[in-house]
Amino acid sequence: MLKLDRTRIENGGFTLTANLEIPRGARVAVIGPSGAGKSTLIEAIAGFLPLTSGRVLWEGEDLTPRLPGKRPVAMLFQDGNLFPHLTAAQNVGLGLNPNLRLSDAEHALVAQALDRVGLKGMESRKPAALSGGQQSRVALARVLVQARDILLLDEPFAALGPALKAEMLDLVAELAQESGATLLMVSHDPNDARRIADQVVLVAEGEAHAPRATADLLDNPPPALKAYLG
Amino acid sequence: MARRAQPLSPAAGYGAAALVAALILGTLAAVAFSAEAGRGLSSADWAAVRFTLIQASLSALFSVALAVPVARALARRRFRGRSVLIALLGAPFILPVIVAILGLLAVFGRAGWVSDALALFGLEPFSIFGLHGVVLAHVFFNLPLATRLILQGWQEIPAERFRLAAQLDAGPRAMWQLLELPMLARVVPGALAVVFAICLSSFAVALTLGGGPRATTIELAIFQAFSFDFDLGRAALLSGLQLVLTALAATLALRAPVGEGFGTGLDRILRRWDGQSTLARSLDSFWIVFAGMFLLLPLLAVVLSGLPGVLSLPASVWQAALASILVAGASTLILLALALPMALAAALGRPLAMEIAGLLGLAASPLVIGTGLFILIYPIASPFALALPVTALVNAVMALPFALRILVPACRDVVARHCKLALTLDMRGWPFLRRVVLPRLRAQIGFAAGLAAALSMGDLGVIALFADPEVATLPLQVYRLMGAYQMQAAAGAALLLLVLSMGAFWILDRGGRWHAEA
Repeated sequence: MLKLDRTRIENGGFTLTANLEIPRGARVAVIGPSGAGKSTLIEAIAGFLPLTSGRVLWEGEDLTPRLPGKRPVAMLFQDGNLFPHLTAAQNVGLGLNPNLRLSDAEHALVAQALDRVGLKGMESRKPAALSGGQQSRVALARVLVQARDILLLDEPFAALGPALKAEMLDLVAELAQESGATLLMVSHDPNDARRIADQVVLVAEGEAHAPRATADLLDNPPPALKAYLG
Repeated sequence: MARRAQPLSPAAGYGAAALVAALILGTLAAVAFSAEAGRGLSSADWAAVRFTLIQASLSALFSVALAVPVARALARRRFRGRSVLIALLGAPFILPVIVAILGLLAVFGRAGWVSDALALFGLEPFSIFGLHGVVLAHVFFNLPLATRLILQGWQEIPAERFRLAAQLDAGPRAMWQLLELPMLARVVPGALAVVFAICLSSFAVALTLGGGPRATTIELAIFQAFSFDFDLGRAALLSGLQLVLTALAATLALRAPVGEGFGTGLDRILRRWDGQSTLARSLDSFWIVFAGMFLLLPLLAVVLSGLPGVLSLPASVWQAALASILVAGASTLILLALALPMALAAALGRPLAMEIAGLLGLAASPLVIGTGLFILIYPIASPFALALPVTALVNAVMALPFALRILVPACRDVVARHCKLALTLDMRGWPFLRRVVLPRLRAQIGFAAGLAAALSMGDLGVIALFADPEVATLPLQVYRLMGAYQMQAAAGAALLLLVLSMGAFWILDRGGRWHAEA
């Protein structure tokens, strides 16, 4: 269980509070108007933004003092998920060892992950030689080898076309299902939430609300969400 | 707000900055304590101050006045070789001063091409020594810099303005008033200040073309107090004076809004509709040919006069060349060891502190640091034995401001782009440095290293203070050969020096970009 225990995050004059619990293995969409603090919430869980007060706990353990790389969290950003000077395999390998000293077993794991996301044979390509969708797949392969308990997505597929985005979201849902990871994804689009999320966290007016079942929330939106959905 | 997580600690950069500050301020303090304040300035000292100010003002004036038409011609003409010429404008920055001087002597000296041409008309030969020689050499070095600065001003006028002016059928006068004059009013003061500040601390030019009571700069006077009279008190007093002047000029130059001078995009061509008259065309052609000849003829002269001598160089020249290569290599390594951590610290933490530490290197003159180091080393060891290491160190500090200008923006970019991803992957410290920073900065590191190596290879400054007759770098050896009227050997050695400096720059800069990806 991921628990935000009376957390308060200040980010450049803007304050977000959250007091909520997300069950292990849940697939949660984080929805709300732009500027409401969706990314702030995700970045605080990942450890990029310091908490002013409160704690972030995973399975009862306090993550707050831990550095981003020491949390059980894998994260994909809006852009810059790959290092342009490294090959696809190296980018994936970073998920196993940031120094890229990989054992034979780890090399096999990298190849296996690339195979799983449908990039067999593209190990030695650099990002510039891959399409946007393929680049997303490399990043997902890395998430796969990282094998962290929590997967955070800050709209990594926003630049893809609608069909490709849907394809990626389905792949994410499958991978999360297989590994049992808890998924939190920021989204602008309620259809994304309906597509793969079973629960929704609404972020509005400086507060991240406790998760509710997706269909339930989207069909009977509270006023703040209604204003956003239009 | 609490501290954010960082993939690298800026501590190494703070350490490097502190080291640089300690070196510069420590040598200053040593100088200040040795200065005999009570003695006051002699009339010779005042003459040096006057000459320094006059030559710097004239150099700035001529460089900028000539740069305006050249920059205008380059801004509005497109021709074959334009981008080569613009790239060439960056070359004097890394050209060894002594090489340029030999080239200028061959073109403008008593026995040079211009004098030969004058003799055909029965006119007196032209002498390059004294004030006008010093100014000529400074214009040679700074006309290209001023041209680049002003060209940047022209390139920054938005294309829409030219379109609008063309639409309004603006003639040359209207163009001048509407677009060019306001831009120049903004750019020219900065260019003047930069050239003035550079010429203030001129040493090698004054050493070779000046001299005597009527053409001695303060830096040259420091050197003379040092090596002819061994009068440390006077050297220190003059150093203090030099420091005040350079600090004033540096503040002036910094206050003026001015681009970087080696910024990119200078060879972009704006679509222009004005200046199509025959007169404008021929004037522009004249200025482009003038600038090209002024830059290329002295270099051509170095190559032509050096070729016969280069195969029969005395052993002392090869020894000096080896010393120069070692000094340049060491200097480049020292520079990178200082500049990289400082640039990273600027990107991660305190940009201002790093900037100030880097600027100290601009304000302090090499001879002042050299004097201070001499005073500090003298009681402990023989400064002459340390001539080469000291030269490498001072050269690195002199190149530091330029290296920071090159590295800091790139470091910022790397940190901004890759910091978060690296942190989620727990790449911190050495893995981040080795896997992300160094590969991403390769081109900039190569460029900075190339500049540092070339500057150090060609530097004729501190080494003149410290060297005894047995030790010499190549530039010093060229100077000594000139002093001994062995012009053939001097020309050959100068050609070797030219090849070594440009080669060092080319190899390092290329090495950085080799297989580098966007």
